[in-house]
Amino acid sequence: MKLTFPHMGYSYVAFKMLIEDLGYEVVVPPEPSKRTMDLGVRYSPEFSCIPFKVLLGTFLETIEMGAEVGISSGGVGPCRAGYYSIMQQKIINELGHDFKILSFEPPQSNYLDFIKKLWMIKPKRMSWRTFIQLIKKGYKKLEITDEIEFLMYRYMPYEINKGDTAKAFKTALDMLDEAQTVDDIEDARWEGIKVLAKVPQDRSQTPLKIGIIGEIYVVLEHAVNFCIQKNLGEMGVYTDRSIWLTSYAEKNVFVEGREGERDVFQMAHPYLNEMIGGHGINSIGEIVIYAKDGYDGVIQLAPFSCIPEIMAKGIVPRVSREEGIPVMTVFIDEQTAAAGLVTRLEAFIDLLKRRREQNADKRQLA
Amino acid sequence: MKRAFLGIDVGSVSTNLIVIDEQDEILASLYLRTQGQPIRVVQEGMQEISSLVPDDIEIVAAGTTGSARYLAGVMVGADIIKNEITAHAIATSRFVPGVQTILEIGGQDSKIIILRDDIVTDFAMNTVCAAGTGSFLDQQSARLCIPIEDFGGLAIKAEHPVRIAGRCTVFAESDMVHKQQLGHSTEDIIAGLCEALVRNYLNNVGKGKEILPPVAFQGGVAANAGIKKAFEQSLGHEVIVPKHFAVMGAFGVAILAREKVEQNKEETKFKGFEVTDFSYQTRSFECKSCPNHCEIVQFFQNGEVIARWGSRCGKWDVQAS
Repeated sequence: MKLTFPHMGYSYVAFKMLIEDLGYEVVVPPEPSKRTMDLGVRYSPEFSCIPFKVLLGTFLETIEMGAEVGISSGGVGPCRAGYYSIMQQKIINELGHDFKILSFEPPQSNYLDFIKKLWMIKPKRMSWRTFIQLIKKGYKKLEITDEIEFLMYRYMPYEINKGDTAKAFKTALDMLDEAQTVDDIEDARWEGIKVLAKVPQDRSQTPLKIGIIGEIYVVLEHAVNFCIQKNLGEMGVYTDRSIWLTSYAEKNVFVEGREGERDVFQMAHPYLNEMIGGHGINSIGEIVIYAKDGYDGVIQLAPFSCIPEIMAKGIVPRVSREEGIPVMTVFIDEQTAAAGLVTRLEAFIDLLKRRREQNADKRQLA
Repeated sequence: MKRAFLGIDVGSVSTNLIVIDEQDEILASLYLRTQGQPIRVVQEGMQEISSLVPDDIEIVAAGTTGSARYLAGVMVGADIIKNEITAHAIATSRFVPGVQTILEIGGQDSKIIILRDDIVTDFAMNTVCAAGTGSFLDQQSARLCIPIEDFGGLAIKAEHPVRIAGRCTVFAESDMVHKQQLGHSTEDIIAGLCEALVRNYLNNVGKGKEILPPVAFQGGVAANAGIKKAFEQSLGHEVIVPKHFAVMGAFGVAILAREKVEQNKEETKFKGFEVTDFSYQTRSFECKSCPNHCEIVQFFQNGEVIARWGSRCGKWDVQAS
């Protein structure tokens, strides 16, 4: 059985290992490209959002590469994504491909279904113990992928030679990709951290700090968000994003409402007290958190026509005003020309810089 | 020699050049149509403006803005390349003291800029559709065979503006055709279009923004008195169209160029008005290094690559200094 999975940032490193560990052949999805977009757009309903189109395009590409089963995730609440894998399955079947999408829903919504699907993935001769250990190992790799990516964005604004941090990250990611055992993964982690820390940095500046929030797919997939974090990093801006796969899994899949998650809801509470699907409520809560942490601004990324993010956007002006933090919303769709985004980013940075200077002046006067 | 500063704004529809002196007085300004050929229009504009400025001036700083700002920047040797939003805000706060809201409608995009205490605190640009921008008005004026210059004048003559759907250019156009076939007067239809455009702008670009007076209205579309009137009716207060409404972007970036050179005490990178004599060329190829197949644009000056854009990974990027 040849297995594949959606491309989401750098997570492929971990999923690739897990599938190979389980004894299946893996088809690593290519990074979303123009071709992915073309395929996705051609066969998707016109009104569906960009995550749907790119995901469908990716599955079609992996089918060409021989994939037979695709692992995907579902969703609950009022967001269309919950039905996406069902739609994609139908479209793929209509195109005459023999390809099965195995969609994992959050377990608490249907334990039986979750276990049934795990059963389908678990090789028959493998013990549950080994199976769970392998999943844990894969999860560990995923966490470390997140960690080194996080470090890349942390160092980027300070780098002296443009592009060094991105190169160091690539080296670290390759090392992690090769690591197969728990010990190797741990070694690769330290090596990776070292490589990144060695990038020559100039710490005399205080970069602007921008938080990135929004819908999970467009926040995580740099191939569709024009590498926004990398772009900002190279413009000398420190960015932090609210969503990471591992924290995502931790908060949304395994144990509902851990510490961090409850915080977000609590923070959103004065403005929004209702699940609006997707990451809508998170977006509101995260703005409040970033404001409290002293960030200069927030960028909300949303797929064009995404209902949860549109609802959140409607509340944003009030949150922004009351918390005193500028927020810019960027809608992401099929566009491939980055010029429009670059203009907005530059203007937003100018705004934040002047605002910071003004605040400093005010403090001096006081 | 008098010190002077050059600002160039290359937008989708128009290209504006401006030369100012140290007191921000305009020595020469030019409004040209880009016609999809920014290179040619910048070259022509440079030649034209060099004949308009007094002989005893020297350009000590140059800046570019607009959607072709990087292209124009490498062509003329700009000291500063700045986005339109910042450039507009800078210029307007000089002309409309205490301005708190700037409505800007250009050829392909429209934006709103909110200022408080002369500092930009918020802005938005149209994200999804060009409905309600200059290009659409251009198109409609061509369809109705009315010169775009007369559009605004006709609109304010209307007595009973008809209602036109403004959310989408397709809806707007079919609405206009249907109303026209019912026999409504052209004035009423044009006024209805202006109102629809303003409604769309305020609902889309201006959504959630606190629009406080003084309100300035600029960009190419500000020449249209019909739109100005529709804005005033809808907002309930006066809308100021600054004298140089069409060249505000260029003005702003000229001021920014001056500030930069004065601050850093640098020599200008400006190549002189002679850029007209160089031959410029843009050629592109598809990079095959990865499945992205990025279109790499190469920009040549006299056969030599002076800039390259377009790769997602940054592999090909060069910016000649």
